Amino acid sequence: MNAASASAPRSINIAILAMGGEGGGVLADWIVDLAEHAGWTAQTTSVPGVAQRTGATIYYVEIFPRVGDGRVPVLALMPFPGEVDVVVASELMESGRALQRGLVTADRTTLVASTHRVYSMTEKMAMGDGRVDADTLVTAGREAAKRAVFADFARAAEDAGSVIGAALFGALAGAGCLPFTRSDFEDAVRRAGVGVDASLKAFAAGFALATAPAAAPIAAVDAKPAPTVGPRLAPLAQRVRDTFPAACVATILHGCLRLADYQDIAYAADYVARLEHLQGATTDARLLDTVARHLALWMSYEDTIRVADLKTRASRFERVRGEVRQRPDQLLGIGEFLHPRVQEIADTLPAGLGRWLLATDWARRTVARFASKGRVVQTSSIRGFLLLYVVASMRRFRRASLRFANEHARIATWLALVADTAQRDLELAIAVAECQRLVKGYGDTHVRGTTNYTTLIAQVPVLVGRAGAANVLRQLRDAALADEHGTKLAAAIAALATAATA
Amino acid sequence: MAERSFKTEVQKLRLGAGEEFRGEGILAVTKALLQSGVSYVAGYQGAPISHLMDVLADANDILEDLGVHFEHSASEATATATLAASVHTPLRGAVTFKSTVGTNVASDALANLASGGVTGGALIIVGEDYGEGSSIMQERSHAFAMKSQVWLLDPRPNLPSIVRAVEQGFELSEATHTPVMLELRIRACHVHGSFVASDNVRPTYTLKDAIERPVRDTSRIVLPPASYLHEQEKITQRWPAALRFIRERGLNERFAADVRDFGIILQGGMYNGVLRALQLLGLADAFGESQVPLYVLNVTYPIVPDELAEFCAGKRAVLIVEEGQPDFIEQNIVTLLRRADLQTRVHGKDCLPMAGEYTGGVLRDGLRKFVERVAPDMLAERATPVAAAPAPAVQAAAQQVHPRPPSFCTGCPERPIFTALKLVERELGPHHVSCDIGCHLFSILPPFEVGATTMGYGLGWAGAAALNTRETSKRTISFMGDGGFWHNGLTSGVGNAVFNKTDNVLVVVDNSYSAATGGQDVLSSRADNPIRATRNPIEKAVRGVGVEWVRTVTHTYSIAEMRDTLREALTTKESGPKVVIAQSECMLNRQRREKPKFRALVKSGGRAVRERFGVDPDTCTGDHSCIRLSGCPSLTIRDNPDPLRTDPIASVIDSCVGCGLCGEVAHAAVLCPSFYRAQLIHNPTGWDRFVAGMRRAVIGFFQRRIERRLAGIAA
Repeated sequence: MNAASASAPRSINIAILAMGGEGGGVLADWIVDLAEHAGWTAQTTSVPGVAQRTGATIYYVEIFPRVGDGRVPVLALMPFPGEVDVVVASELMESGRALQRGLVTADRTTLVASTHRVYSMTEKMAMGDGRVDADTLVTAGREAAKRAVFADFARAAEDAGSVIGAALFGALAGAGCLPFTRSDFEDAVRRAGVGVDASLKAFAAGFALATAPAAAPIAAVDAKPAPTVGPRLAPLAQRVRDTFPAACVATILHGCLRLADYQDIAYAADYVARLEHLQGATTDARLLDTVARHLALWMSYEDTIRVADLKTRASRFERVRGEVRQRPDQLLGIGEFLHPRVQEIADTLPAGLGRWLLATDWARRTVARFASKGRVVQTSSIRGFLLLYVVASMRRFRRASLRFANEHARIATWLALVADTAQRDLELAIAVAECQRLVKGYGDTHVRGTTNYTTLIAQVPVLVGRAGAANVLRQLRDAALADEHGTKLAAAIAALATAATA
Repeated sequence: MAERSFKTEVQKLRLGAGEEFRGEGILAVTKALLQSGVSYVAGYQGAPISHLMDVLADANDILEDLGVHFEHSASEATATATLAASVHTPLRGAVTFKSTVGTNVASDALANLASGGVTGGALIIVGEDYGEGSSIMQERSHAFAMKSQVWLLDPRPNLPSIVRAVEQGFELSEATHTPVMLELRIRACHVHGSFVASDNVRPTYTLKDAIERPVRDTSRIVLPPASYLHEQEKITQRWPAALRFIRERGLNERFAADVRDFGIILQGGMYNGVLRALQLLGLADAFGESQVPLYVLNVTYPIVPDELAEFCAGKRAVLIVEEGQPDFIEQNIVTLLRRADLQTRVHGKDCLPMAGEYTGGVLRDGLRKFVERVAPDMLAERATPVAAAPAPAVQAAAQQVHPRPPSFCTGCPERPIFTALKLVERELGPHHVSCDIGCHLFSILPPFEVGATTMGYGLGWAGAAALNTRETSKRTISFMGDGGFWHNGLTSGVGNAVFNKTDNVLVVVDNSYSAATGGQDVLSSRADNPIRATRNPIEKAVRGVGVEWVRTVTHTYSIAEMRDTLREALTTKESGPKVVIAQSECMLNRQRREKPKFRALVKSGGRAVRERFGVDPDTCTGDHSCIRLSGCPSLTIRDNPDPLRTDPIASVIDSCVGCGLCGEVAHAAVLCPSFYRAQLIHNPTGWDRFVAGMRRAVIGFFQRRIERRLAGIAA
């Protein structure tokens, strides 16, 4: 800007990055109304189109102080990179989009962005964890902008019973980047006349967040504290503390809690005994910690008994009440979508009977007739509750069940492989232990996970002794999590075989 | 009824002379039509001109008072053919649609209309869906104006200019016996501004007059020898008349025309962007006072040779700011300057890109390039900020930004159709899928990723026509929405399939509305509409043209039924075309109607049940199969509360409308038992409370037993 144009009046340019259906248009309209009432010229435009169906979209506003001589400014219909005074982003990744488009610049842009996440389809669909790093987005926003106001405005709006636009409008007022007073802003909300009280409440919350001194970034807490255990588990917990390196105590105690909850104290003790046995092969804390985590998860495999158990608990009813925001004068019904198949039924039976059922055609077909359709079990009704309660109480026969036999056979093989590998390649042993992550879910998902796991484990003998073997195994694991059809994994395995022969 | 109500905005249409109208550009157009004494308006909805149609629908009583007939045309071709009313009579008429897709459909009627010409003013308002926010192929309406010899207006994007263009457009049309196209870009349609209104005008010559005293003149009909005469007439009479009118009435504008020996020629629609770019280069002020001569083409076709020559005379160079390709205007101007033997250098697509939207950054860079070439000293003293490479942190963040395309809404009834298709494909393998235009086209995006081609509105089944052979028993699947079906799909798709003895499958997505364009009614809409005839079932139409195998699924959320119906259509021994009508109401429209009703019921103390879904965090293992089969915005992920797990778990947020798909998917795909349906009973009855009390007592007893088992494990 040269001297001449710096003193000349110019527009204040505001870009709102939002998603369709979020009320970005309402926010833009409030700004226009606010400016026009203060005697400014205002112009807004947008390109909603089909973007209104949850897609990313930009609303653009320019406001200009009215001059006495009747001249009318020519206002732009779209943001010019580097020429935006205020960017409002209704979600964290949208603030990243503003950076990507060059709308946020250090010489003039105030960035007001909500830190909550509305995950993209890519992030949601991933078979593992596909989320992008939120800190990267916040850090970049702070670096790029003249001033950045980051806060969870979605929550502020929700707490106020309003929409995010109102909280962001408050933040805009609080950020002090527009030449209007707080009451000017609030009057604009009042004039719009829709849901005024809730909007003003959200506005106030947004204003407060924007004017609060920036909170020091919370350091990531990596070391998880060890859980405290109840009196019945105390002796076992003491044994864990006495036996294992301090670094893995927290994980092992979490495992004990989980397994005692899953089956009984003896089962938790069995878990500890296996880890003690492994300690004979390795004393490496990282390996022990990894195995402790995955062994606990594997030993608490999700069977019908476990599902019924978790769904019938009082604490679970409480949680659902909170989630649906039940008020005292309302009643709640809970229906479960269950679809046990012959496989799951056989799994729950005593091992011999289960094997017979799966192997006997007529029996299988008879049972299948009752298990061909999913059913909705009303856990909040006496009948439905008792049904699940009975299934849950089969816990006491679990050790004799077919599934138990199968899972524990696999666990034993896995533990032996980890212990064996640890003798030759510690990092690879850790990677082997991590492969348990693939085995999860129910039904077909579980079958697919188990197949992938078996495929990976079969590669271990080939990998032992090779440099960077752990990384190769981890890459295979990521390939297994890349798509549902196993295309990437098959390709990765084929590439591995080619490399081996080359 | 349309998605958005314009009941308050409609009142602005009543404003009289001298009053200030404030609102959206497209509403200003509506007002301008009434001020111009229009007798009839027709059109086909689509962004960015949907609001024009929706406002008119909401304003039907005002229109009737003024004697204006308003139609929701069956297609853009219908709309344009409607202008035939102005061929022999002084009736003023206007039609509107999205362009270029609508203009493509309309071009047969447009060519016939343009050939014979008009008596009354005929205005075609096209919403130029180009650049950011566009949902269609990137082409220009300009070509249609050139090929049919109709005049193309491209006014400066402010409300007074747009309103003036409408009024002048009618006069130009009448003065030249030629239909006139008014092109409005997306942002101009949605721009908020103001203008001083005039009174609405009731036409003196009415539709009644036209019907009761029919006029015919065979010289206006496209048949030889008249058609040969039409072509001559276009060139020898209408064209010169247009040049005269444009020049005499000053439709194009010149600013600071003689202050420099170079200048800029721009489309009217580019004006605000060009001015801002000049301002940033220090060559204009905020009020449009330019230091560079400007020739603003509010009429981009035809170009007026004399005016052009006057502007260019004495100028070393001009820059043409013409958005899109091909560079029709630039070619035109080069020819005209050669003929006038003017030596002005022509810049245009050498400074600005040939293809793509002229966004702010593009205009600024292009104009700078031009000024650097012709008058570098004007820029020399100014610091021209060179865009610095973004900081590494910003680059890292930018790399993390995923595209966020539009998708099916929460609770959309179309999503389960594609879930069912994915499940069928697990059994029968992948199929060739031909898509159409409409919300259902979101199926091509993740998580469904279904669909190979889309050939245009209503052309879903036509797009699979060639894939019809006896050499395989495998069938193709085509999709079509109810909008596309009534637009032309019934004949171009269904009729074509019957006649050509196809053995393939069509799925008609019948959600009761033209949903993607804003929820307007169509023939098969199931709601009553006071001004339109609805409730004409698609199944009846399909059977009417000869399809024997028709299945209607009335609840698309029932995945098992949807899946079984699709499987049957793909595997049945019966030969001939197969049509599955997948019928459930658009959730966006349903919620808009039902939510206020629900709230009113609760407020009045009535018993009301709200359903929503949830996921138990302790049984969810974080595989996200459910998301890959659904894609609902309300089904998302969150941190895993389990200290031993890291993968995020699925989660249903409070925007869930309880459509039931999550549960159906869990059942049909045998996914996982984590989904639950919560029924929240507002204002329970005495009986409800009694039953709840009993349940609490029994369930509480057993839950205390569970607690006793777990006592002493956790602290």
